[in-house]
Formats: sequence, structure tokens, C-alpha cells
Amino acid sequence: MSTTERTDVLVIGSGFGGAIPAYHLAAGGAKVVILERGPHLTAPDFTHDLRLGSYTRIVDLVQGDGITVVAGNCVGGSSVVYFAASLRAPGFVFDRRGSLGHRLWPSTLTRAALDPWYDRVEEALPVAEQSWDQVPYPGGLFAAACARAGRSCNPVPVAVDLARCTNCNWMLNGCHFDAKRSMLLNYLPAATAHGAEIRPLHEAQTIAPATTPGYRYRVSYTQLDAGDYRLPVGVGAIEAKTVVLAAGALATPVLLQRSAPLLGGVPRAVGRYFSGNGDRVSIADVDEGKVRDLLGLERAPGIPYQGFPIGKPIGSMSYDRLDAATAEFTRFSLQQIYFPGITDLLAQATDAPATSWFGVRKKEMRARWPSWLSVLAMTEDDNEGVFGPPPPTGSSTRVATSLCLSTLSYRPTANTLRGWAAADAEARAVLESDGLARVRPWSENAAGSVSAHPLASCRMGDDPATSALDDRGELRGHPGLFVTDGSAVPTSLCVNPSLTIAALAERACPGIVESTVEAGVRARYGAPAPR
Amino acid sequence: MVPGEKRYGQDAAIAGAAPGPGAVQAGAVELLNLPDLGIGVLLPELALLVNTRALAFAATHGRVLLPTQPPFVALRFTDRTVLAGELLTPGAPDRQLYVLLALFAAAAFDTAAHLHTAAAIRQRHPGLAWIGFPAPDADGLWRFPDYSYGRRLASEHPLTTPGGHPA
Ligand SMILES: Cc1cc2nc3c(=O)[nH]c(=O)nc-3n(C[C@H](O)[C@H](O)[C@H](O)COP(=O)(O)OP(=O)(O)OC[C@H]3O[C@@H](n4cnc5c(N)ncnc54)[C@H](O)[C@@H]3O)c2cc1C
Repeated sequence: MSTTERTDVLVIGSGFGGAIPAYHLAAGGAKVVILERGPHLTAPDFTHDLRLGSYTRIVDLVQGDGITVVAGNCVGGSSVVYFAASLRAPGFVFDRRGSLGHRLWPSTLTRAALDPWYDRVEEALPVAEQSWDQVPYPGGLFAAACARAGRSCNPVPVAVDLARCTNCNWMLNGCHFDAKRSMLLNYLPAATAHGAEIRPLHEAQTIAPATTPGYRYRVSYTQLDAGDYRLPVGVGAIEAKTVVLAAGALATPVLLQRSAPLLGGVPRAVGRYFSGNGDRVSIADVDEGKVRDLLGLERAPGIPYQGFPIGKPIGSMSYDRLDAATAEFTRFSLQQIYFPGITDLLAQATDAPATSWFGVRKKEMRARWPSWLSVLAMTEDDNEGVFGPPPPTGSSTRVATSLCLSTLSYRPTANTLRGWAAADAEARAVLESDGLARVRPWSENAAGSVSAHPLASCRMGDDPATSALDDRGELRGHPGLFVTDGSAVPTSLCVNPSLTIAALAERACPGIVESTVEAGVRARYGAPAPR
Repeated sequence: MVPGEKRYGQDAAIAGAAPGPGAVQAGAVELLNLPDLGIGVLLPELALLVNTRALAFAATHGRVLLPTQPPFVALRFTDRTVLAGELLTPGAPDRQLYVLLALFAAAAFDTAAHLHTAAAIRQRHPGLAWIGFPAPDADGLWRFPDYSYGRRLASEHPLTTPGGHPA
């Protein structure tokens, strides 16, 4: 028999959604324990290496039906492997109605209401506005193409210490130079300095009512083998007065689904309304001669571009189609972004969909890899993802290191497809005129649509039928059980989501402290931003 | 997935459909046998599965296959391509398996996923050389001191807020 431990606050997951409440609760005087499924790695462990077993220790590829999601699996969560583009969601996003026909965000939430919380995050995680001479070649090329097509283009704000950044383009592996401001450099060390305890390789399995008087929930967990995450090496349980669930949009709803019988049911919206943030990736096969002749660019004598592998992965972005006055499902951003070679297979080379992404023509296209430019469109999808019944443990079935099968299914609706088509057309309008490049979306034959921005699988809102959480991020009908990760974000955002997830987590903290105090813990809200 | 030239004149496994080394020479088989991956033991089973599908393809398309070769190898390159497309199409049986095989084969070529990248570049790994993957500094780390055109190349959106965000 394992013994049951007790703590004031138990946080599940250590990404943006987990690290931020962990810090505020610990700094406010509560005893905090963080369970994290992945290992604890730091800068020296983050190598520049594509060998299986290096980055695959901390990145998961989660395959659903019709969608594949990339996510972090380590202390710090996806903030360790993300590309650090840090954007505030445009104002119209908060008024989105989707196909449900009513406002999807809580009425209390608007861009103006969230701005002070964005400010607060940026105090802890300084976001740098890249100047044009800090935008790497691919971002420069995309900007020049936008300008030629009569569009605007912005340098992307990034949570990177630009003075330390070497433009190595290995962000997916974790930053070896500690230039990327992941949770490992701010909220998490600040939380542990206030006594919070992080337990890596601890995977939460169920949430049930506590048996000890005064405690509200009992969370059971499995300890995982450091060499093979498929192997359990121990079990345990912790009782807590407050539970903050922040396992990410692919795991949070699954944990709740498994716990539903123990908890006496969970809201209907748990595990529904998943959004891939409308992510849509295209590869542009750029003609170097046209870069010189049409755009007048030359980065070295005789080399107009050949810059795909160089830089911070995200450099520039067009906001032109984020126009509040236009109809829902036609608005999107277009962002220049680098993807490492592991995704090369997805690029299409011909017009025959079944075989366009492999074979002879594709190999020819690979020979021009340094001249590729990729663009990510973030569109208004229709929250159409649904999770099936949970697997026996964890949130998905791990078939190999880094490879997991999920019960998530995603069938894009006509609305989503319309958004993607509009984004594809705009990418072509910008990049294909006069033969500057040839643009093709990633093949969906291999992996379905691909998203690195999972959201909304346990979302907040005002309507209990379509939102699992109330406006404070508390699970309806379960006092003291909060969700603060990407699953709480109601809709796709038309920009990268991390800053919004973080701002919503900051915004939830006063309520979490209040609820913890109600449960008899002496805690206060009001700690300054971690430095 | 990534076709290449024949390794020797009588090479039947590789169709020789494209110049330069392909996924096999880039280490696809080594990668599939990596102990970390743990699927090496399944490979004979998988080969059987592919060959069964190749036989069925030959039967339905009126192809006569040389009995001295495994059926998939005996198919013409264009037929292999069509069959691969069918195996990998959404909704096809066992598709997830074939997708994984396709991904790993390509990962051998595009990333030398069975080798440490700096070492793979030193030994001129054919896939990394083909795609023109840049070399690291002497310490095995990548840095690009020259990385920007260094000038403003577009005008920003008029509704950009302080900090560079959309309004
Ligand atoms: C490659 C990549 C690039 C990206 N680039 C950007 C970008 O440039 N800009 C941007 O805004 N966003 C980007 N994102 C997305 C961004 O990183 C995520 O939206 C964000 O980090 C999600 O935060 P979260 O707290 O919801 O979840 P996560 O950060 O994913 O944290 C969830 C944590 O919970 C852990 N966990 C899961 N299940 C359990 C369990 N049962 N028990 C215990 N722990 C568990 C996970 O291991 C993980 O550490 C990127 C993501 C990826 C993968």
C-alpha cells in the first residue's frame, strides 16, 4: 500500500498553465506540489541533435484521427520546446460565436479586460519586439514578398533574450543557450524558491473526492521510468485542498473523463470543442533568381536567400487579414515559421494528392531545402475536435518514444475548410506572383491536419452546455478544481496562443487563492512578477 | 519514400528511380532497427503485410510478378508508388502503421535520425548532404552570426499596438 500525502495545492502539469498558479500560490504562502509527467531537463541537456532519443525525450507527437498534435513532455511543458512567438489575441477573437451562434468567451472577457494580465505576464517573461535587423532571412524574405504584393508585415514579438540568442534554429530541442524564456527560467524557479515541490516523471491518473476531512480532492498518480515512459515504476496519491489541472489541452479533458465516475460526473463540455487553433502550414519552394530579380535581395554575393535553416523559427507575420469588420471564418494571420527536417515528408511536390508528398519529384524538391520558406496560417476553426473514451492510463497510448495515439478525432467543418482555403489563397497571392515561389499546403494524407497549438477541450464560458469551466476557470460543480491551461481557452485565436494561455492563468490566480483560503489555508494573493 | 539510385547493377530492392542515394542508403533500415524504437522485431511481420498487399495489387491490376523476388520488390516503380499512395490514404486498413514506416524512412533521409547530427554531417550523411543541411561550429553547436538582411522590408500594419501586437 502506498501512503497518501497531503498538500494545500496540487498542480498537475508544469507548462504555462501550471507554472503560473504554482508560483502565485507558493509565493502567497500555500504548500504546493507540482506533478509533471515528463523529465526535468535544463540548458546543458538541450543538445543540437535530431537523433531519436535527444529531443524526443521532451516532445510528443500525438496522433489522433484526422489530426496530429505536437506538444511538450517535460518540466516546463511546451514552453521548453515552443518557438516563443508571443502575441496578444486580436480584439475580435473575444466576440467569436463559431457555429453555435452565441458569444463563446465569458462576457467578462475582452481584449481590454485581458490586457492588464498580458502586461503582468510580460513583466515575468519579457517579450522582445524584434527590430527589422533582428528578423532572420526567412522573415525578411516573407516581409519583402508581402510588401511587393501590397501587404503589410510585422516583426513578431518573441519571448527571447535577443542578446543571448545565436539564431541557431534549434528551439524544438529546448534552448541550449538559455535565451528562450521558458518556464524553466522564471515562474518555476520562483515557485520552488517559495517552497513549491516539482515531481518530474509523475503522471496524474485520476481525481477523486478526498477522504481526509478538510481536503477536497485525492489525485492518484503513476511514476514513470526515466528511460521508457511506457513503464510504470510506482504509484501514489496526494490529497489537496485545491487542485489546479494544467496538463495541456490533450491531457486535461482525458484525466477528467477518466475521473468522471469518481467525481460524480463532469460537465458535458469536457472533451468536446477541441480546437487546433486553425493551424494550417504551407511550404513555399522559392525561386532564388526571382528573389534577386523581383525583391532585390542578396544576403551574400550570389546568394539571394537560401536561408531556411537560419534564425529564430518565427520572424515575421502579416496582420492584414485580422480585420474585425470581416466575417468570421475568413480572418487569419499568416506567419513565417521554420520547421525542422522531421516534417519534410509533409511538404507536397505535385498536384496528385495521394502521392504528392513522396517519390521522385519530392526528392528533387528536397534538394532545394535551403530555399524553402514555410508559412503558418492561424485561422478561425470551428472547435470540432472530440475525444473518445479515455485510455487505461495517461492521456494517450504511448507506442514508442515520443509517439502517442490519442482518441481525439477532428473532422474540419465547412467553416474551418473555408478559413483554410482563404488562407491558402492569400499565401499564394503573396508568394506566387511572377513565379517568386510555388506554395503548397502540407499533405493531410500522412497525419491529418497538424497543430502545435491545441486548445479549448475543456473551455471556459457563460453557457454551461458548451463550456466546462466558469469565468474563473473553475470546473462547474466541482469547487476547488481549476483548469488553467490551453484547454480553458474557448476558441482559436488567430495568433500563437502561449501569451493568452499565460494571461488567462494569471487572471485565474486571485480566484484560486480565494478558493484555497476558503478551504482553510492561510494564503494571500499579490506576489510581484518573478524575476 | 525517398527513391535513390541502385547500389549495384542487380539491386532489385531499389528501383533506381532517382539520382543520388535514397532513404535506404541514408539508413532507413538501421533506423527501423534502433533498439530505442523497439520495432525491429516487428519488421518481418510488416514486410509480410506489405508483400501481401503487393500480391493483391498485382492480381487486381493484371501484373505478372517474378517469383524469385518478394512481391513488393517485383512491382514496377510506378506501381509501387501507386500502391504506397493507396496504403497511406486516410481510411485505408493498417494505415497508421504505414504512416509510421513512411515517417521513419523519411526521417532517416531528412534528419539522419539514427545518428547524432553533427557526426552525421562529418561523415557526409547522404540525406543531410542532399538537403544542404548546414554544418555546426567546431563544438557541435549551430550559430548564425549573419542571419538578417538587416533592413526594414515591409511596413507594419497600421493598427499594431505598442509591443508589436495586432489590435
Ligand atoms: C513545437 C512547438 C512550437 C510552438 N511554438 C509556439 C509559439 O511560437 N508561440 C506560441 O504562443 N505557442 C507556441 N506553441 C504552443 C505553446 O507552446 C502551447 O500552446 C503552450 O505551451 C501550452 O501551455 P499549456 O500550459 O496549456 O500546456 P503545456 O505547456 O503543454 O503543459 C502541459 C504539461 O502537462 C504535462 N502533463 C500532461 N499530462 C499529465 C499528467 N497526466 N500528469 C502530469 N503532467 C501531465 C505535460 O507533460 C506538459 O508538461 C508551440 C508548441 C510546440 C509544441
